Amino acid sequence: MKSIKCTSFSTTQLFWLVALRVLIGWYFLYEGMVKLTNPNWSGVGYLLDSDGFLKEFYLSLANNHFLLKTVDLMNIWGLIAIGLGLILGAFSRIAIIAGIILLGLYYFSHPPFIGLKYSLPMEGSYLFVNKILIELAALVVLFVFPTSKEIGLDRFIFSRKEK
Amino acid sequence: MENNKKNNTNRKSSESKKIKRREVIKGLATIPVLGAFVYGWYKKHKFDRLLKQAIQGDINLDAVNPVINKNISKGKQIRIGIIGCGSRGRDLLKAAGFIHPEIIDNWKEEALKNKADKRYHDYLEQEDLNLIVNGVCDVFDINAEKGREAASNLNREGAGGKMGAKPRRYGTYKELLAANDIDAVIIATPDHWHGTMTIEAAKSGKHVYSEKPMTWTVPETYKVVKAVKDNNIVFQLGHQNRQNESYFKAKEAIKKNILGKINLIEVTTNRNSPNGAWVYNIPEEAGPGNIDWKQFIGPAPYHDFSLKRFFRWRCWWDYSTGISGDLFTHEYDAMNQILGLGIPDSAVSSGGIYYFKDGRTVPDVLQMAFEYPDRNFSLVYSASLASNKNRGRVIMGHDAYMEVGKDLKIYVDTGSTKYKKKLDDGIIDPSLPMYSFSPGMKQVDAITSPTEQYFAGRGLLYTYRGGKRVNTSHLHIKDWIDCIRDGTQPSCNINMGFEEAMTAHMGTIAYRENRKVFWDSDKQEIV
Repeated sequence: MKSIKCTSFSTTQLFWLVALRVLIGWYFLYEGMVKLTNPNWSGVGYLLDSDGFLKEFYLSLANNHFLLKTVDLMNIWGLIAIGLGLILGAFSRIAIIAGIILLGLYYFSHPPFIGLKYSLPMEGSYLFVNKILIELAALVVLFVFPTSKEIGLDRFIFSRKEK
Repeated sequence: MENNKKNNTNRKSSESKKIKRREVIKGLATIPVLGAFVYGWYKKHKFDRLLKQAIQGDINLDAVNPVINKNISKGKQIRIGIIGCGSRGRDLLKAAGFIHPEIIDNWKEEALKNKADKRYHDYLEQEDLNLIVNGVCDVFDINAEKGREAASNLNREGAGGKMGAKPRRYGTYKELLAANDIDAVIIATPDHWHGTMTIEAAKSGKHVYSEKPMTWTVPETYKVVKAVKDNNIVFQLGHQNRQNESYFKAKEAIKKNILGKINLIEVTTNRNSPNGAWVYNIPEEAGPGNIDWKQFIGPAPYHDFSLKRFFRWRCWWDYSTGISGDLFTHEYDAMNQILGLGIPDSAVSSGGIYYFKDGRTVPDVLQMAFEYPDRNFSLVYSASLASNKNRGRVIMGHDAYMEVGKDLKIYVDTGSTKYKKKLDDGIIDPSLPMYSFSPGMKQVDAITSPTEQYFAGRGLLYTYRGGKRVNTSHLHIKDWIDCIRDGTQPSCNINMGFEEAMTAHMGTIAYRENRKVFWDSDKQEIV
């Protein structure tokens, strides 16, 4: 995928793209911190509630102690790292890709397909498209329109390499 | 010239400084957001902590799981005899560590098909109670043989595995009770035999684990108590729910008066299947040739041989105590454990045979109301064997109500006096549990996220968290065995049994005689 140089954005475009990046980052960071500070948190309930064509995969994660622990840890620290990456604009490309993968895993664990029912109550009404998918698409937009080398620590991190 | 050059360089360097500064500002522009995040996080944390403290002040329940008796079964091996090897009897053998090899094979097969099926794995982890089965008795040859096969499975293996010697089968329970190599007996016969067998076992000095209800008739109840106490044996009544962790927590919450003045307790049974209504399958190979009918009848009124009566004995008063003795007793014992109910002052009852019109004499829909005027509350029971509508088990107080099941949940009542201010201030949301407890969770939490509440309510956390499922029947037998070893009293001892039996009998008499029945506490009699 060929990315656009951020220098070609107008100030307004740049502002809103950065705002989107920071908002999504905040959301990730907070989700991660909440899980980190709750000693009872585990993804097990969410995994066991999975449905759709990848159901077996998610159940196998829930039913293996070691895998479950790994999934829980990766979830917590993944969310925090992605959140920080997006807010600070540090290693944003990696953070965005990781975020897309994580959201993809969430989406396919509880896909809003016809006929699938979940114990976990949904806060809205969805058919195929839910908020996770939209958040995922927003991250793709951020990937295509990167901003961290203009506004963000990537400005310093990647400045020498690119010279 | 020189000056011009100097000016130019000066301008350039100040411009590049400006650019550098701008670069730095651009690079660090979003860092203040992180500051805002930390501030927000701190504020939220403080708010949650205050909320939690505000509620915990009222609850004041320990934030730890109750610890279940963890001592390992050491000491002398205890020699068991089992009377009654039907499905419940074999369940108890399994809980004691003796499983029929066919079940192991079946579990192994299921575990291959479904990775989530941990029954085989969990069973291997069940503690070894250091027991041996030396005698088996059943009036049906096939069940007796299955019991022997289970009892010989010392290593929890499948068919073809290395088995121990099969224990001796006794033709009558009296012969089994006379055996010198048996210390304790498990009684899992039909109801009409429980009392008689317990009395004789106690007289032979054997410790007894008896299935509920403790007795079939009122007069034998007194005799059982006397025999158990006179002979100083360890008696455990088979209400395995005594081992349920959430009941311990419920008891603690009651003690701390979280619910306010309790005025009504509602317990129910909700079943809707032939099996749930005791219409069990009759094995093809069963017949007068392999069933000792005369011994089965025992103290019951005479009736010609009947496979239906033999396998579905719970449907006839001749052998059964009906819904009251069979199902209500579990509910009663749960509440007796939590609230220390004792025997009620009075009982009324109604119901009928409304769905299973299969010749049975016991009702399939039953309501009973018990009064406790000294405690200022009623205990209401309602059962249907033809509807699965789950109605739960609720203790209602003026300030809060409590739902007790596998999990425990306490909700504040909207009309509460004690919590009025907190309700008005929005600190307590009456639609969410003020307190919830799921056995197996790492720690008790007064406020958890709605998602967690949801999963906890469905038992998902309990079943899989920590990966271990504990069989309550196993813990109940362990409790009995531990008490035999150290000479103490088990959780559902003879006094609990007396209260259970008399309360159930009061309900049954009220139904069968269609009258209000009273308990004369001075004379210790039903009138």
